[in-house]
Amino acid sequence: MKKWIALLLALTMVFCFAACGKEDADVKSEGVMTYAEYAAAALDSQVVVETYVQAKQSWWDNKATVYTQDKDGAYFLYNMACSEADYAKLTPGTKIKVTGYKSEWSGEVEIIDATFEIEDGNYIAPVTDVTALLGKDELAEHQNQFVSFKGMTVEAMDDGVSPFYYSWDNSGQPGTDADLYFNASVNGETYSFVVEYYLCNETTDAYQAVTALQVGDKVDLEGFLYWYNGSQPHITAVTPAK
Amino acid sequence: MKRLWDRCLPLLLAALLAAAALGGCHGARSLDAFAVPETFDLSRTYEITFWAKNDTNKAQTAIYERAIRDFEALYPNIRVNLRLYTDYGKIYNDVITNIATNTTPNVCITYPDHIATYLTGSNVVVPLDGLLEDEKYGLGGSELRFDGPSREEIVPKFLTEGVIGGQSYALPFMRSTEACYVNKTYVEKLGYTLPDVLTWDFIWEVSDAAAQKDADGIYPVNGQRVMIPFIYKSTDNMMIQLLRQTGAGYSTGEGEILLFNDTTKALLRTLAQHAGSGAFSTFKISSYPANFLNAGQCIFAVDSTAGSTWMGSDAPLSDISADKIVRFETAVYPVPQFDPAAPQMISQGPSVCVFNKADPQEVLSSWLFAQYLLTNDVQIAYAQTEGYVPVTGKAQSDPAYQAYLRHESSADALYYEVKLKASALLIEHVDDTFVTPVFNGSASLRDAAGQLIENTVKSVKRGERVDDAYFDKLFSDVTALYRLGRGSRAEAGRAELGPLPLTAKVLLAALCVTWLLLGGVFLRQQIKKRRKTSR
Repeated sequence: MKKWIALLLALTMVFCFAACGKEDADVKSEGVMTYAEYAAAALDSQVVVETYVQAKQSWWDNKATVYTQDKDGAYFLYNMACSEADYAKLTPGTKIKVTGYKSEWSGEVEIIDATFEIEDGNYIAPVTDVTALLGKDELAEHQNQFVSFKGMTVEAMDDGVSPFYYSWDNSGQPGTDADLYFNASVNGETYSFVVEYYLCNETTDAYQAVTALQVGDKVDLEGFLYWYNGSQPHITAVTPAK
Repeated sequence: MKRLWDRCLPLLLAALLAAAALGGCHGARSLDAFAVPETFDLSRTYEITFWAKNDTNKAQTAIYERAIRDFEALYPNIRVNLRLYTDYGKIYNDVITNIATNTTPNVCITYPDHIATYLTGSNVVVPLDGLLEDEKYGLGGSELRFDGPSREEIVPKFLTEGVIGGQSYALPFMRSTEACYVNKTYVEKLGYTLPDVLTWDFIWEVSDAAAQKDADGIYPVNGQRVMIPFIYKSTDNMMIQLLRQTGAGYSTGEGEILLFNDTTKALLRTLAQHAGSGAFSTFKISSYPANFLNAGQCIFAVDSTAGSTWMGSDAPLSDISADKIVRFETAVYPVPQFDPAAPQMISQGPSVCVFNKADPQEVLSSWLFAQYLLTNDVQIAYAQTEGYVPVTGKAQSDPAYQAYLRHESSADALYYEVKLKASALLIEHVDDTFVTPVFNGSASLRDAAGQLIENTVKSVKRGERVDDAYFDKLFSDVTALYRLGRGSRAEAGRAELGPLPLTAKVLLAALCVTWLLLGGVFLRQQIKKRRKTSR
């Protein structure tokens, strides 16, 4: 009898895990690409993906720019057709089906000329630590994903003293929608990071944290791995290094 | 006579009331028209805002800041607050938003196309004619505390670019045109010699040759896997200049849309052909021409002369890492032409407008600052930051500016060879420049012109069929998108309607009066009828 009970319990566990696995799996609807298929698709080809909103960058003139990700990879949606009312519905985690064209602009692989529909489902991507990949080709495999950089040291900008710039060459100024640029190093190499104003404006912790940085500060960074002639992470959180 | 007056007076009153009501309910709160004050009240203090645009160039930011400091030293009672933008479109959007709340800036860098939209509000932008001519505070005026240009010293062609509907609304600030930055080394490597004037035929021939790949997908001309031989930054300008050079229609001065014509289709067919061969792309589709040019991945890069400091192997400004920059000789040409004997190129560059305020003294202080931007110190310093030229003959002939133009090129960013060549290009071709007509909706028409090219190139890259049916649909889609109409007048999508013209008010008032009369007659008949019935 005990054997039968043990067998029954074991079977139950197997079914439970199977069920859990099914819930976790990012099953795509018919006609929708997996991330691998999307990654393999040719530039300028039409793509259809199901993905989850992670953050919104901007809305203007019925066009939205959105950072999205599923469990296998990320999709940057540039100037996607979107009403203002629908834009409000694109809260983090919202599942959307996107039809558009795969494109590349200065190394940034993105979906353009897209339309979307909201579907049932919710997912927030966990942060992936890519500190060890900085400066390596493998970093590109995480393009547009929500990532972190740990134990970074703030370095002076090219003027030798400033911990950050308003705009890439310090031609901006506070209160003018200026992106913030700063440099941080790890393992003796220095990398550039950006607080994209339309993603994190001056009211956000990230923007304020960068304006308070001092050269030499040790920080952990989080953000979306945007690309512009090389990696250019759009930072969303700056905290003292743990 | 009295009977006539007794009858007409109520009608007249009704008409006036209706006209007033209609005038009041149409458009946003409006300011009184600006009148130039007799004197500038120096006993008061003024705080004005200046919305400026820089080309993401900190040297330009520094010049604005210095100009403000110098101006405030001359006029200690005027404080100028600078707000910087890097995008004309953003300034335009912010101005439109602020017109509704009467919170426009005092002085603003802008394009005449944008001013035409601002003018749909009532008394929003100050007409400058009175100010320009004012003896005390106008150009070269007796009461100015700085050595500004006289009216005659502003390049007449540039000054007229700010005239909209017969009135001056903008002062030119800087002028530029487009240039074709050429990788001369690669042109010659392909077996070609650059002609005196670049023609479209030459560009396409060389570009098609450069777009040939070997069996491994490598472009022989640069040994790389990437090569887009011809990249155009502003496709709006591209289409406008193509149409101008072929003598085809774009718009009339009155705002009649002529863009959607057979020549446009033929031009798009040519572009489609070369996009298909991989010879041509655009900034919006591929990225900045300068990045590709400097990486040896582009041979003909068309961009503003105001973008010259980004062009070439030794460009002082660059968005790509040093290890990606290749060595080549950069030639600077006017944009490609159809008729080398009669070159035509667009005139562009920032202008300055002054916004109206309730206090005429505040407007006068704004005007003084706007005018100060035309002084030699500001003009020469700003022109040297990029391939701009000063808008005044006074600055252009200044020995300091002449020495700058003649200076031998060097590694110093100030004397960067490509920039000096770009400036010289415009000075040499000022008489070959043109501007498009400005009217409410001309900004939308300009966007539509570029959109035709962007859509065509994208469609070719996506393997769509691009034929007559495609162009018919494209014309229709773009017309709808920008709310344009064939042979009709453009309308700005987000523009306010502004106050009704007097003739419209009179017409509507007349209609109201007619209805009142009809009502009166009807009532009179009813009363008569009732009396008859009661008898």
